[in-house]
Amino acid sequence: MTTPMLLMSFSDWLSLFTHFLLLSLMAVGGAVTTAPEMYRYLVNQQHWLSDTQFSSSIAIAQAAPGPNILFVAVLGWNLGVNTGGVAAALLGVFITMTGLLLPSTILSYLAASWGHKNRDLRAVRAFKQGMAPIVISLLCATGWILACAHNNPARDWPLWLLTATATVVIWRTKIHVLWMLAIGAILGGVGLV
Amino acid sequence: MTIRNHLHPKSLTDLFVTFTVLSLQGFGGVLAVAQHELVERKQWMTNEEFVEEWAVAQIMPGPNIVNLALMLGGRYFGFPGAMAALAGMISIPLVIVLLLTAVYGQFSNQPAVIGALRGMGAVAAGLIIASGLKLSSSQKSNPLGIPLCIILGGVSFVGVALLRWPLVFVLLGLGSLACIVAYRNLKP
Repeated sequence: MTTPMLLMSFSDWLSLFTHFLLLSLMAVGGAVTTAPEMYRYLVNQQHWLSDTQFSSSIAIAQAAPGPNILFVAVLGWNLGVNTGGVAAALLGVFITMTGLLLPSTILSYLAASWGHKNRDLRAVRAFKQGMAPIVISLLCATGWILACAHNNPARDWPLWLLTATATVVIWRTKIHVLWMLAIGAILGGVGLV
Repeated sequence: MTIRNHLHPKSLTDLFVTFTVLSLQGFGGVLAVAQHELVERKQWMTNEEFVEEWAVAQIMPGPNIVNLALMLGGRYFGFPGAMAALAGMISIPLVIVLLLTAVYGQFSNQPAVIGALRGMGAVAAGLIIASGLKLSSSQKSNPLGIPLCIILGGVSFVGVALLRWPLVFVLLGLGSLACIVAYRNLKP
């Protein structure tokens, strides 16, 4: 599929915005969980982005520092670029990011304020402490899934070894994580992992 | 009730800078770095409190780590604090990711760049698992009791990591079960 050339009307931008407002409220368990729906909307339904643009947007955001949610900004940027010009790209970033963040931000802020005011209620304490072992385990599961993205044992065993070593070193020592990331970058850059 | 005796952010600027610094270290996810910066380096919260806040951030819609920033900023300085933490988390990384997007075409085929990203990705995965392991030591006095914590954690891990169940099912299904047991075990 080639890169689309677009003419976005006001109502197109508005429909993009309202769609992302809805996605924001559906993003329970993290923004990445809405990526498949964004793909369906932006690539399959509206043809605003090519398949390649969509996947490279996610790859760039993964490679850059910062929260994963920034892939949404890159999607907006690429969509704007398809309509031509930096101004449109910035508008795209603004619309996708505000759309995705506004409802969830308001809701989370209000819920958290309420929860903090009522933090000694039995129900609030039960919720937080009951969820704790599950969210901890989900953290380990996320790391596991990331490590398993490379799944060819013959070729990827050095990567797995690096992940296992990094796990133990960071768990057991007080080394700064940036050192470990730098070591990973060097090992990968010279082709050892 | 445990005695809560730890440091706290000094100002809105302190919040903004702290969240910028931790966000800029987050390759492949910010949560693990957040635990390191907020609990171990800044000592704004204990591991127990971090897990409790994280549970709320995870169950609310929207990006978890953004929710965590909002909650923590709001706790100390109200709405302006929430906005300062959010701005710190997002603004400078946003500029960087857009600059990267603009030059992506020139570097996307360089083997050294691809290799470096692979290596960093592998370390980032280890970092996330390590923070999970660190946080698990905070559960010794959980009202669910250690055996049930291990069972719940084990089933969630197998479900999500190996069987690839949707996250929402685990959070709502196992989560509500865990909350009910915790409610019964906590003293009224």
